[in-house]
Amino acid sequence: MAKDQLMDLEKALELFEPVLGFEVHVELSTDTKMFSAAPNPAAMDEANVDPNTCITPLCLGLPGSLPVVNEKAVEYSISLGLALGCDIAPVSRFARKNYFYPDLAKNYQISQYDEPIAFEGSVAVEMDDGTLVDVPIERAHMEEDAGKLTHVGGATGRIQGAEYSLVDYNRAGVPLVEIVTKPIEGMEHRAGELGRAYVSTIRDIVRNLGISNARMERGNLRCDANVSLRPRGTVPYGTRTETKNVNSFRSIERAVLYEIRRQAAILDAGGVIIQETRHWHEDTGVTSPGRPKSDADDYRYFPEPDLLPVEASAEWVQRLKDALPESPVHLRRRLRAEWGFSDVDFQAVVNAGLVPEIQATIEAGVEPVAARKWWMGEISRIANDRGAEPASLVTPGAIKDLQALIDAGTLTDKLARGVLQGMIDGEGSPTEIVAARGLEVVSDDGALLAAIDEALAADPDVLDKIREGKMQAAGAIIGAVMKAMKGQADAARVRELIIERAGATA
Amino acid sequence: MSEMTPDAVRHLAGLARIALSDEEITKLAGELGAIVSAVETVQSVAGEDVPPTSHPIPLGNVFRNDIVGDTLTTDEALAGAPDHDGTRFRVTAILGDEQ
Amino acid sequence: MSDITALSASSLSDALAKGELSSVEITRAHLERIETTEGALGSFLARSTDALSHAEHSDARRASGDSRSPLEGIPVAIKDVLCTTDMVTTAGSRILEGWIPPYDATVVRKLREAGLVALGKTNMDEFAMGSSTEHSGYHVTKNPWDITRAPGGSGGGSAAAVAARQAPVAIGSDTGGSIRQPAAFTGTVGVKPTYGGVSRYGVIALASSLDQVGPVSRTVRDAALVHDVIGGHDPHDSTSIPTPWASMTEAADAGARSESLAGLRVGVVKQLVGEGIQSGVTQRFDEAIELMSRNGAEIVEIDAPHCEYAVAAYYLVLPAEASSNLAKFDSVRFGLRVTPEGSPTVEDVMSATREHGFGDEVKRRIILGTYALSAGYYDAYYGSAQKVRTLIQRDFAQAFEAVDILISPSAPTTAFRLGEKLDDPLAMWAGDLTTIPVNLAGIPGMSIPMGLAPEDGLPVGLQLMAPAYQDARLYQAGATLERLFAQRDGYLVSERTPEVV
Repeated sequence: MAKDQLMDLEKALELFEPVLGFEVHVELSTDTKMFSAAPNPAAMDEANVDPNTCITPLCLGLPGSLPVVNEKAVEYSISLGLALGCDIAPVSRFARKNYFYPDLAKNYQISQYDEPIAFEGSVAVEMDDGTLVDVPIERAHMEEDAGKLTHVGGATGRIQGAEYSLVDYNRAGVPLVEIVTKPIEGMEHRAGELGRAYVSTIRDIVRNLGISNARMERGNLRCDANVSLRPRGTVPYGTRTETKNVNSFRSIERAVLYEIRRQAAILDAGGVIIQETRHWHEDTGVTSPGRPKSDADDYRYFPEPDLLPVEASAEWVQRLKDALPESPVHLRRRLRAEWGFSDVDFQAVVNAGLVPEIQATIEAGVEPVAARKWWMGEISRIANDRGAEPASLVTPGAIKDLQALIDAGTLTDKLARGVLQGMIDGEGSPTEIVAARGLEVVSDDGALLAAIDEALAADPDVLDKIREGKMQAAGAIIGAVMKAMKGQADAARVRELIIERAGATA
Repeated sequence: MSEMTPDAVRHLAGLARIALSDEEITKLAGELGAIVSAVETVQSVAGEDVPPTSHPIPLGNVFRNDIVGDTLTTDEALAGAPDHDGTRFRVTAILGDEQ
Repeated sequence: MSDITALSASSLSDALAKGELSSVEITRAHLERIETTEGALGSFLARSTDALSHAEHSDARRASGDSRSPLEGIPVAIKDVLCTTDMVTTAGSRILEGWIPPYDATVVRKLREAGLVALGKTNMDEFAMGSSTEHSGYHVTKNPWDITRAPGGSGGGSAAAVAARQAPVAIGSDTGGSIRQPAAFTGTVGVKPTYGGVSRYGVIALASSLDQVGPVSRTVRDAALVHDVIGGHDPHDSTSIPTPWASMTEAADAGARSESLAGLRVGVVKQLVGEGIQSGVTQRFDEAIELMSRNGAEIVEIDAPHCEYAVAAYYLVLPAEASSNLAKFDSVRFGLRVTPEGSPTVEDVMSATREHGFGDEVKRRIILGTYALSAGYYDAYYGSAQKVRTLIQRDFAQAFEAVDILISPSAPTTAFRLGEKLDDPLAMWAGDLTTIPVNLAGIPGMSIPMGLAPEDGLPVGLQLMAPAYQDARLYQAGATLERLFAQRDGYLVSERTPEVV
């Protein structure tokens, strides 16, 4: 396949104005699926659930099977609509979207068509420099996910060249909310950054609401990026492409910028943009054409006869509105001020996705600086090593207990890091580990003096040197004592005692 | 007057994934032309102000609680499958976009 | 043994209660009847191998005082559109040949829990699309009244089985008349409940907003007994009505105690009588009106103008919903798979399978339905048809302000000859003109025999219709009428089915 021509970004933006649109699918974390009482794999902790183990007759589209709406999924959807600043439809209906595909068990998807549950909203998105952009929301609607296909026999595990495919319907029927933005104009060279920030904001919102695990790498959160260009100074929108398979925030940014550059090159050379779905390749950093949109996509929507309308009464909506947590953007602004972190430090915390954990740790009684130190430092380091989520390793309460031991002088920072490792490995609470390992810092001066005297016996010149004012000579003794005490000593106190021994003032 | 030509039928058969023979297509074009002429009368009956009925008995907010119910085992799920590998259904190669 | 099969389910129930008969004896009698008559009739697609064993269990339950219902131990035939875990389920189609569902329909579960003994699955037009059972993918069912004629459809198997005493009662499904019209053609009783009155869970869907499951029997009381077992809310079916139902059996009993229809206002729907109705049918209908009037009923002429468009609307709504409901038959998860030669894609396999596995009538309606929903045509076809539906509902609602029940012939003709209507789909469809409006409106309807047509000696059916939720009204009026007809004629039509040769 010939490589795409790409125009330089600056030049592209000179000539053309990019218009963006994003469709984000959120998998809800209800216990059961959208229309059947099968267990919901999107709510499970395991990354890999055995295939075809979360199945009821409806998940397979068996003859005679019927959908029944999961009330909790509706509540989550309404809450999400409210968090997106949307109006909630007093009456919304389900519709069938008819098309054939092996991962679509009924060969129609139950979705919503012209009567979505939520519409006309706006989301404040925080850009890298801290400024806010309001992204207009067209609608958010409820639908069900499709199963998973595995293609076998081709070179890359992709569909092209595969000999056959295997179908797992665990994911079929998982509740989805699809969020569609209105066209977004005026982002210019920040178009890619906006895509990244927008989807990151959606992730924060749904996690804050507790309605989705929102792990992009697990497909709980999926984004399609729509990009079109129009010549500067013109009004009508250009032809847009839809790019799928953008599986990380970074991919969204890269894919948007790629499409701008690719389309600009084509248009500048006098070509036309084909309206199509494109596929993002993270490894090579390009989009490639999928199937062109054709009249084969006549979905023949009609109202779902097996389901009744959803009537979101004003009381129900108000109750959910009252229960909404503070929006992540506002929450963060408030916390940054309360915690007193620098903008850079706070942004690092946000980028690491650790605001909730640090917040909970502070609420448990730990000073903000200490909380940040633990989560951004040792816990993140261990999490990276293990390929785990930091939040899964240790609880804020346990960190509080650990920090309390440091504050009380029972542990040094260094020893505490070792205890943390033990906590993560499941050895028990900080206190239990300290007791089991006998890690308590020795605070008995008598014991320290004994160790100091032993070390001095091997190196008697030290006291003389100290009396001469060479304080650094104490270092060797401190080292020897720390070694003898297996680190369970407060080095500062040891130093004090050595200097007292010398008869000099510290 | 509706144009139920063989090409139109062929297109519909494509949407409906039925590999009709040429003979069937020709026959259906004739039959469906007559049928559509007969049922077309519905267009002139109702005014703009008449709402469509999709559910004859009006009910609303029919929900279920978010509680796991009776599930099928993997074996039960695969029991009717024309082809499977013990854990998943198997189909021949697919053309087109994956989800 | 033929004596046993002549008994109604009510009588069998009494005999069982008194210990005069056992379920094993009753079941065996029916199994033998099936043996001797099936060759001529072809009512069944599958027969249960467990029937006698279930009958034994029933007798054991009865012996320990654990009878589950008035129909404990009574045999029943089940239209092959309902999922049964212990019998192959095909909906009359080759695309489901040999398929055994991993779950039971709610109605099937209720029958089992009530202690009935399933004899087998009855023949039907493929996916319930048809009015003669000639579109079954397997074989044709004959009308016991005349084996050169159709038993009606789509539920011809259940109706023939009950008429020919292969089963005392059966279960059918009705989307545009598939219970009521075969009842008329075979001289039996058939009821389509209010939409949502009986669960559709496990019923292979034809048109989701029209389908209902109902009883097939030889007497009104028997239908009521079955209705009481199968009806009621089902949380697995979102469209099922949540409010509890009054006893249909009590309504039937109240009706049977009376010969008077005084106080009953009966509406005759102008659009459902007159032109296009076979003269013998009209004659029996007029006689029925006269009988009602003589016994106190007030007869009122009802104008339901939009019923003229009912068939047109129906043959847009049904194919549209069916085209979507039948998309699941694609060779992937269950059913037939036809793999063309070479390296077929999954789309090729799907298309070849559906071409091979679906019959002509099914293909015709799927293509028509796809058209009705397709881009640019929705408003004109499906959208307009849904509006006609609203108008028909309003016509009926208005009518029921003036009358308690509506009546019409159940079918415009008596049973037609096999093969007679196969070449003209529109002609076949026109035969549903009296039953279709009932499904479109969602109201309940019943067919009971009202005599034999003078010109051909074949059964003629009277259709009763009531407002939504008022199914009991049908049973009460129906039971009184059944008694009045019996009195007038000296016999029940359903007990006069000719002997099967």
